[in-house]
Amino acid sequence: MLAYTIRRVGQSALVLLIVGLVAFAMFRFVGDPIDNMLGQERTAEDIERLRAQLGLDQPFVVQYYKFLEGAVQGNFGVSYRQGRPVAEILLERAPATLELAAVSGILAILFGIALGVFTAIRRDGVLANAIMSVSLIGVSLPTFLIGILLIYLFSVELGWLPSFGRGETVDLGGWSTGFLTESGLKALILPSITLGLYQMTLIMRLVRSEMLEVLRQDYIRFARARGLRDRAVNFRHALKNTMVPVITVIGLQLGAIIAFAIITETVFQWPGVGLLFINAIQFVDIPVMAAYLMLISVMFVGINLLVDILYFFIDPRLRAERSGGH
Amino acid sequence: MADPVLSIRDLSVEIPTRHGIVRPVDGVSYDIQAGEILGIVGESGAGKSMAGNAVIGLLNPPAHISKGEIWLNGQRIDHLKGDAMRRLRGKEIGMVFQDPLTSLNPLLRIGDQLIETMLTHLPISRTEAEKRAVAALEEVGIPGAAARVNSYPHEFSGGMRQRVVIALALCAEPSLVIADEPTTALDVSVQAQIIALLRRLCRDRGTAVMLITHDMGVIAEATDRVAVMYAGRLAELGPVRDVLTHPQHPYTHGLMASTPLASQGKSRLHQIPGAMPRLDAVPDGCAFNPRCPHATDKCRQAPVPRVSNGQAACWYPLVDEKVI
Repeated sequence: MLAYTIRRVGQSALVLLIVGLVAFAMFRFVGDPIDNMLGQERTAEDIERLRAQLGLDQPFVVQYYKFLEGAVQGNFGVSYRQGRPVAEILLERAPATLELAAVSGILAILFGIALGVFTAIRRDGVLANAIMSVSLIGVSLPTFLIGILLIYLFSVELGWLPSFGRGETVDLGGWSTGFLTESGLKALILPSITLGLYQMTLIMRLVRSEMLEVLRQDYIRFARARGLRDRAVNFRHALKNTMVPVITVIGLQLGAIIAFAIITETVFQWPGVGLLFINAIQFVDIPVMAAYLMLISVMFVGINLLVDILYFFIDPRLRAERSGGH
Repeated sequence: MADPVLSIRDLSVEIPTRHGIVRPVDGVSYDIQAGEILGIVGESGAGKSMAGNAVIGLLNPPAHISKGEIWLNGQRIDHLKGDAMRRLRGKEIGMVFQDPLTSLNPLLRIGDQLIETMLTHLPISRTEAEKRAVAALEEVGIPGAAARVNSYPHEFSGGMRQRVVIALALCAEPSLVIADEPTTALDVSVQAQIIALLRRLCRDRGTAVMLITHDMGVIAEATDRVAVMYAGRLAELGPVRDVLTHPQHPYTHGLMASTPLASQGKSRLHQIPGAMPRLDAVPDGCAFNPRCPHATDKCRQAPVPRVSNGQAACWYPLVDEKVI
């Protein structure tokens, strides 16, 4: 178990290194930030001076090395646009995105699993089939469209919920939370539905198909033949076996929720890291873009690591294989 | 004779299909006494398992009981639904499936699977159930049962897993056990052990057993009486010795003659010509008539009478015809 974890952590670090390299290399071709920063009335000396100041005159490898060196220490350089340390800006913005992603993720997982189990157990029921048909909308409608439709219905027509922003936030030692005020909670509703709907329908359809597969297995038949109650057969025996493949996908989807937040944050003008990233692209703010990509990949890799470790607790066969084999 | 544990009367199972209704079990009747092992033998698709599934109420829709009665310990159970039937499963009727590698839940400890089964059916405490789980494993011959109760299914071999399955089927002390091909998926060397175990446990407890198999060796070794099924119907029913050595039905005779025996050496095996009819094309009269060497016009037209104990469903039963 320990050896396995250490090896997985090593692999994760390698993945991060490569992502960092690709991201960093890509941004070399986005455009020249100097153009944006200095405006029309600039001299050749101004350009050279700023270039040297930002380290952009050095070879690519040196720049990447400096970036990595800083990144490990949590120093992502200074934003070209705001002139403040990127780490500071990200920390300021992160709570908004993380709270949005957490609420969306929890909604998606709870409703996804519950509806998936329901539609699998009542596979021929009218309601289950209706849910399956409606879920097609969640899978096929693009996120921004769902967001705009929700804004139109609940903000413009009904006027129940705010159409943009986070509402009032409370500062808890550097973490600004929207959970503690009414306007903050209200402001969370539409964006989290928008962000979580796709993941929810995906999880639901996956849980359903996996569960139908599991319900066909001999051990479910044997559990029924032993007269176990339906609840025990469905939840104790079937659901647990269903969760093994589902957890992998849920892990990936949690990462996707944070990454997809870009679109939702743009639609709802949500002051999170996604919106920050979009603005950074427009301005060729390379340090912000690079830091954002690193942040996202750290989350993806971290969640995957957690998922792999979770397997050990769910599936005893893996425990035996891996701890015995290494 | 005492009342039988299981009594099946004129049972039919039907499945509606696109080509019309098929009848995988067609007018079958038999009894099983307490402590008796009844072998059900026949080819694949003869309706052996389907009859067992009908008894325990686990027919897969759209298959359903269309006719007949099933009585268990004097209670009629063929019309029971939902929770009433569920209470009988495990409690009154235990079932052993064919493949022990797939019939245990891979994510639950075998002890937990035993305990949950007992707690569902028996009015006992958890501590008591834990004690009985160890005892149940000891009884089926799992070495080191006290420690093994915490093992997962993948930590056992196929034969050991089938012992666990038997322990699970018997842990709530049912009066009837349906064993559906319990040895087919096992190594030959393990088969005899499992059959002997099943036999011993059921004799000791007076449990009635319906042993479904296509293995004549298992029939000869384990059963008291045997029911031969062909195309959903009972071809012959009688004490195992009589049926094996003096089969009255030409099909049973053919089946026995096509069973290889070590004593026979390398002589050519007998074959029954043709194949069992598809269930949507069972011929008129006796279902076996197209393959029967003795068939007459009567066999091709008149339906054969249903059999009772010691009889064959044949217009011209073989008299004292030795197999070998």
